[in-house]
Amino acid sequence: MTETTKKTGVSRRTLLKGTASLAGLAAGSGAITGFPYVMSAEPKVLRYLGTAVNEGDDISKQCLKDTGIKIEYITATTDDVTKRVMTQPNSFDVLDTEYFSLKKLVPSGNILALDAKKIKEFDNITPVFTKGETPGGKKIGNQGTAPWKVLYLEGKDSKTFSKTATEFVTLIPTVYNADTLGIRPDLIKRPISSWSELLNPEFKGKASILNIPSIGIMDAAMVVEATGKYKYADKGNMTKEEIDLTMKVMTEAKKAGQFRAFWKDFNESVNLMASGETVIQSMWSPAVTKVRSMGIPCTFQPLKEGYRSWASGFCVSKGVSGAKLDWAYEFVNWFLSGYAGAYLNRQGYYSAVLSTAKANMEPYEWAYWMEGKPAEKDIKAPDGSLLEKAGAVRDGGSYEERMGAVACWNAVMDENDYMVRKWNEFIAA
Amino acid sequence: MDTSEDILQRTSPDLVRGSDKARPAKAARLSPSFVSWLQAGPMMLVFLAFFLIPLVFVVIVSFWDYNEYQLLPAFSGRGYTDTFEGCIAQLPDLCTIAKTYLKTLKLCFLVWAITLFIGFWVAYFLAFHVKSKTWQMGLSLLCTIPFWTSNVIRMIAWIPLLGRNGLVNSGLMKTGLINQPVEWLLFSEFSVVLALVHLFTFFMVVPIFNSMIRIDKSLIEAAYDAGATGFQTLVNVVIPLAKPGIVIGSIFVITIVMGDFITIGVMGGQQIAAAGKIIETRVNALQFPAAAANAVILLVITFLIITMMSRIVDIKKEL
Repeated sequence: MTETTKKTGVSRRTLLKGTASLAGLAAGSGAITGFPYVMSAEPKVLRYLGTAVNEGDDISKQCLKDTGIKIEYITATTDDVTKRVMTQPNSFDVLDTEYFSLKKLVPSGNILALDAKKIKEFDNITPVFTKGETPGGKKIGNQGTAPWKVLYLEGKDSKTFSKTATEFVTLIPTVYNADTLGIRPDLIKRPISSWSELLNPEFKGKASILNIPSIGIMDAAMVVEATGKYKYADKGNMTKEEIDLTMKVMTEAKKAGQFRAFWKDFNESVNLMASGETVIQSMWSPAVTKVRSMGIPCTFQPLKEGYRSWASGFCVSKGVSGAKLDWAYEFVNWFLSGYAGAYLNRQGYYSAVLSTAKANMEPYEWAYWMEGKPAEKDIKAPDGSLLEKAGAVRDGGSYEERMGAVACWNAVMDENDYMVRKWNEFIAA
Repeated sequence: MDTSEDILQRTSPDLVRGSDKARPAKAARLSPSFVSWLQAGPMMLVFLAFFLIPLVFVVIVSFWDYNEYQLLPAFSGRGYTDTFEGCIAQLPDLCTIAKTYLKTLKLCFLVWAITLFIGFWVAYFLAFHVKSKTWQMGLSLLCTIPFWTSNVIRMIAWIPLLGRNGLVNSGLMKTGLINQPVEWLLFSEFSVVLALVHLFTFFMVVPIFNSMIRIDKSLIEAAYDAGATGFQTLVNVVIPLAKPGIVIGSIFVITIVMGDFITIGVMGGQQIAAAGKIIETRVNALQFPAAAANAVILLVITFLIITMMSRIVDIKKEL
């Protein structure tokens, strides 16, 4: 017994001595380098809830380096992000989500609008978000939940979207893109120029769309409209009859064996395409890049009816206030200051503030990704892996051409409940 | 050095030395019924907290109303009426929910029949043909190997095998048996059943093996002595005595398959409806009352199946 006590005593003393000297060392070094706040301030940590799109280790590391803010990612699928905001609003600080989910999030009162005046680069945000046109002045399609429809609130705690610009911004824009069909040019062997090709019997058993109702229905609507069967007043806000009609067309195709499979996540879409199970399907830009980086030809095919677009941005949980709110502003400002924007552009997405992203990219990178020019040098992904050899041109061309050709936006419709039921019926058919 | 027993004595003398004196005296004062309540208590509490109470909530929420972003705690049958939408109007065509349940039941039946067949014979082999206990143990452990990885991995592993350009198809093409790749191998009911059988046969093997191992070997010898053929012994001795295992295994498989939506989703290429899938879509659209209503329906149907099965065998009596 006594023996043991003695032993612990000794070790405890050693420990104390060690800690004291460490503390002394730290204090000393702090005094010398002149950064004593490292010792005193509480660590700046923000819990960041979002899909994987904006979340990169490189981004969080750079952010920690530049601002001292530690980002803790909470990654979930689009649907799960929304669910979490509804059911556990205190489980995150910063929210990164898509504009179409605002129709659910804002009325719930679980998120806090940010103040445009505190966002340094707010006036430099691309007019895609604020005016619904490209920097070159092309009007962008406004069907669906286009960001400019839901960008502003009438007041700080208002639950009504404002038609005119106010300082209360629902989501500070970060990233967006124009989506279309991905194809395997080596297996199709002919030019594809319309959404209607998705239902072309030529590709029977080799087509796919995504099984996320609010996005899948938009792709389906693009297809129906392209076949000339119907012209929607607003694809992003269908009536019950329009939903019935759309699902009828899709159901007939499904029963005829048009679809090989539906996909639900990024990797499924990559696997379907890479393995040759499908040759034409709705797809996301980085998924096309992923297939290509495996050495398999895959094109993100621009189509004459235009693109289906999506956009996301930042807001904060209603539980965030005081110092934490300041860090959130600091983080959002950092995010728009260039590093992250360049990072996203290099993945084939678009950043909200173009000028700062440009300053952080090499001229040849900017020319390839944003101006649609042939690559002067090999194009590399942010992680350094080779994406395209010199001479390649981006599918769809420049920013102006791609964003200017957007026809509709991902949407939550007024008849969302009905649409989801019909979607289930489609799956069961 | 002190031995562990010495330390134990020093710290709590009652435990080792005093136990035989103190304990029985105390227990004698408690009534037997209280003791059995005490024994069942912990399980009952767990059952109450993690099963019954949540279940009551699900039933309550299933009768609530909802909008885009919240639950409205007012009585409404909307979750149910929406679910059965068109069931009468569309006659003689089947409505979504009927189609979905027919499909789910069909998959469930196929998986049940196949896992039962395979599971029964694997268990039979282990129980009657493998003589040494060590080998029995070793081989049963072998059956668990697939469970060392996650079931998502086990499921996805089929894809490169069965795909259009997969191993099976390219093998068949090379041998010249087929000219065109066989499409129904993947993203079909076939692949769903295959993956489910692969995942869940083990749940059949264990309870059946457990029942069989307890069959008194002298009964089988007696049957043999009485002149029964191998088949007669199987039908009249082994199967009746293995019934509890068969029913328990069946309950495992049926309840899992009825609620499954991940395997059916991945292996069916998201194109095959399943009862669980409807719930998932509703939850993802934040329509919790509708999801809860579907969960209640699924529960009732599964419960009916289980009740029918336990009519065939009285598990309580058999155990």
